[in-house]
Amino acid sequence: MRLLNLAAVWLGSLAIVAPVYAGTMSSSHEQPISGYHFLTPQTRALQDDAFANPGYLWVAAGAEDYEKKQGTGSCMSCHGENGMVGVATRFPRFDEKAQTLLNLEGRINVCRTEHQKLPALAYESQELLALSSFVAEQSRGMRTQVSVTGGAQPWFRAGEDYFFQRRGQLNLACQQCHDQSWGKMLRGDRLSQGQPNAFPAYRLEWQTLGSLHRRLQNCETGVRAEPQALGSQAYLGLELYLVWRAQGLALESPGVRR
Amino acid sequence: MSAQPTIRLAVPESVAAGEVIEIKVMIQHAMESGYRRGALGERIPRDIIKFFRCSQEGKTIFAAEFHPGVAANPLLTFHMRAERSGTLDFVWTDQAGQRWSKQAELRVT
Repeated sequence: MRLLNLAAVWLGSLAIVAPVYAGTMSSSHEQPISGYHFLTPQTRALQDDAFANPGYLWVAAGAEDYEKKQGTGSCMSCHGENGMVGVATRFPRFDEKAQTLLNLEGRINVCRTEHQKLPALAYESQELLALSSFVAEQSRGMRTQVSVTGGAQPWFRAGEDYFFQRRGQLNLACQQCHDQSWGKMLRGDRLSQGQPNAFPAYRLEWQTLGSLHRRLQNCETGVRAEPQALGSQAYLGLELYLVWRAQGLALESPGVRR
Repeated sequence: MSAQPTIRLAVPESVAAGEVIEIKVMIQHAMESGYRRGALGERIPRDIIKFFRCSQEGKTIFAAEFHPGVAANPLLTFHMRAERSGTLDFVWTDQAGQRWSKQAELRVT
């Protein structure tokens, strides 16, 4: 209830328990619910319409980049036409060779620097968003299955800690909104569980497609914490924790979010 | 991608003569309204598409004028009566006169 008081101060007592979810609240890990179900019917329709969904602009651009010869060859010359099907379900994963955790964006850049002999793409650049959304789209409808043991374990633990740690001037942890309070109203929006399964996603607020890490930065700015860098170790660990927490949900990328 | 924005077209491949068909077009564009300010308070200059035209062999089928209130990546859906086969031209022109275009073949049987 402490959180409610806190939220009341923050929201000018606008916190209202949603009738839909009241009494059904459980851990967002045991019963993950996609952010899709927290959207208005209009936004859902936008995501479901393969033409109207603006995220497909990036998917289409990524499909072109995938076939284009760059550096020592195109992505397709190694991976084939359908080589990316299901790949996004396995990320983030611990890379034995690089001895680090790689998410999809990181893995694409490893491919570029090691195999194509090209410079890495900047995080959140249009080229990287195009490729990552193209690859993620190939796994649309599939469920993630990430490993959180072995080399990935310390990353997972760090991500879990990050999720539970209070931060920012508002002194809120991710968990307080997205585990304890999902389903309630946060001003005009209903708090979702903070599931990552739609990313890279087109956000109406951004009017563009963006990565999960950009979304995490927005969350942190929202609680008036200093955001971490895109692709930082803190966000990679958090991404692994979030993806593990979302297991059982179908991937929706390119999703549409408010 | 900034030089040549992604354009997506949805035109039926082959239609019966006289049939009314739905055409959908989308172009990747920020449609920056000119009313927003950046994180440092500086004004973000307006950058919008002003005009769209769909034509078949020079004959305008559908045209639209865009204003700052139009959202990013504008999607247009319109209808036409398919009378003859031919190339459909889709042209977007921005405020600086820069044009982007894409073509689609319409086959009327």
